Amino acid sequence: MEWFLQQLINGLALGSIYALIALGYTMVYGVLRFINFAHSDVLMLGAFSAYYVAPAIEKVLPLPSVLGALVIILISTLICAGIGMLIEFLAYRPLRNRPKLTVLITAIGVSLFIEFTCQHKSVFGADTKPFPQLLPATDFHVLGLIISSNDLLVVFITAILLTALWFIVQRTKMGTAMRAVSFNQQAAALMGVNINKIISFTFGLGSALAAIAGILYALKAPGIEPLMGVQPGLRAFVAAVLGGIGNLPGAALGGLLLGLLETFAGGISGLSNYRDGIAFAILILILLFKPAGLLGKATIEKV
Amino acid sequence: MLEIDHLEVSYGSIRALHGISLKVPEKSIVTLIGGNGAGKSTTLRSISGLIKVRAGNVRYDGQDITNKPAHEIVARGLCHVPEGRMVFANLTVMENLHMGAYLRKDRAGIASDIEYAFTIFPRLKERISQLAGTLSGGEQQMLAIARALMSKPRCLMLDEPSLGIAPILVRSIFDQIVAINKERGLTILLVEQNANLALSISHYGYVLETGSVLIEDTAEALRKDPQVRAAYLGG
Repeated sequence: MEWFLQQLINGLALGSIYALIALGYTMVYGVLRFINFAHSDVLMLGAFSAYYVAPAIEKVLPLPSVLGALVIILISTLICAGIGMLIEFLAYRPLRNRPKLTVLITAIGVSLFIEFTCQHKSVFGADTKPFPQLLPATDFHVLGLIISSNDLLVVFITAILLTALWFIVQRTKMGTAMRAVSFNQQAAALMGVNINKIISFTFGLGSALAAIAGILYALKAPGIEPLMGVQPGLRAFVAAVLGGIGNLPGAALGGLLLGLLETFAGGISGLSNYRDGIAFAILILILLFKPAGLLGKATIEKV
Repeated sequence: MLEIDHLEVSYGSIRALHGISLKVPEKSIVTLIGGNGAGKSTTLRSISGLIKVRAGNVRYDGQDITNKPAHEIVARGLCHVPEGRMVFANLTVMENLHMGAYLRKDRAGIASDIEYAFTIFPRLKERISQLAGTLSGGEQQMLAIARALMSKPRCLMLDEPSLGIAPILVRSIFDQIVAINKERGLTILLVEQNANLALSISHYGYVLETGSVLIEDTAEALRKDPQVRAAYLGG
């Protein structure tokens, strides 16, 4: 029982991060029908933004502190929202009416470009850097469980962000326009919607979530380096597909599920080396029976 | 109100419109008839900014709107109800109507226009919180027209409003089109396969064939024209 609860908490914390990243993949897929592979690099840029912003903030606010951390997260989030919009504007917008495969390959190109530019010694360098302690960390010992305050915070922040995102998408004019654009761009344009503005907003929103996920991930990781986004990014992509690509609750569910699977598989003694294998085998099984993902609807291609 | 001068449109190397010219006077109903591939939908799509025009120009309210982006053209009060209705299947009926009012900020005006939409299409009120994808074809067409009216257009372009709709609903939709024209003073440019029906409610008509205007005349005269009768009105 203790073991189970402990893995549950660890899994939820990891899954929350996957969920935040997966939302970005699924939102972009929703409006543009392609996978933005550079999304995982925005996550990395989020962590690096915080890394470079932190010393400046420390001059004004004490660190580690909740307020200091919030300010750093906010600034990094804004930077990354801008980067996400810039990537869309420079790399994807000129290809708007090209085949999706062209855009997909461009996305891989953008991703590699960011990763390897950032590894250059005049940018971030390829070495692993220690991530600053932004928050006062304590471990709570409850009922024989060890719960770190960081893990609690990750779950808490994710819950707030998911609620906020749900509100934006379901209850605001911008969100309704996003859903309209995702269904039919031409029809949305005929309503007076500026499609480019909505797509830009979608990239900004997804990148902001990725930045926060990147910082939360960095808080748990031993350090940060330019390729740190690849692993969580790949998993979050899988999570988005698992939940049903294009479906927001699906991305959140897929992320949590993947985090839990990975943690539980890793927690079984003797199996920890196989945890990815086990987690992904279960995923393949799920997708065999639900090819459109857990919450995705099987759609019929219209001809 | 709407003037099209020598409009040319190509899809790749295929020429779809070979210099079409037409005029839609204020507060009139003008119809475009013609067979498949005559260029009727292409004409509407190039006016509303969905496709690029190669040559010629479109003037609305005395201003050149050729090749302006679609969202700017709606803002000028020219709204296009596209073929196949294109309602947002993933949004509710109410959300669809609000999307129609996307560019408006007058909450009171929007609310009263939604009420107006429900008086002309009472079925929509019954389905207010249903997803638009669950509506029947006829109901979707009603929603598409109501949604377009929400943008407060002065000119409405309707593409095949009778397509794939139960005959009993077609009549009621066409009655509402006439009512919108008479009561609200909306100018209407109608594209329709059902030439008989379209000419019966129109003031003026153009017969298109392979991307050119073949004949133009008052709707009255077109209905009597032997050539038009033979080709489009079933003799």
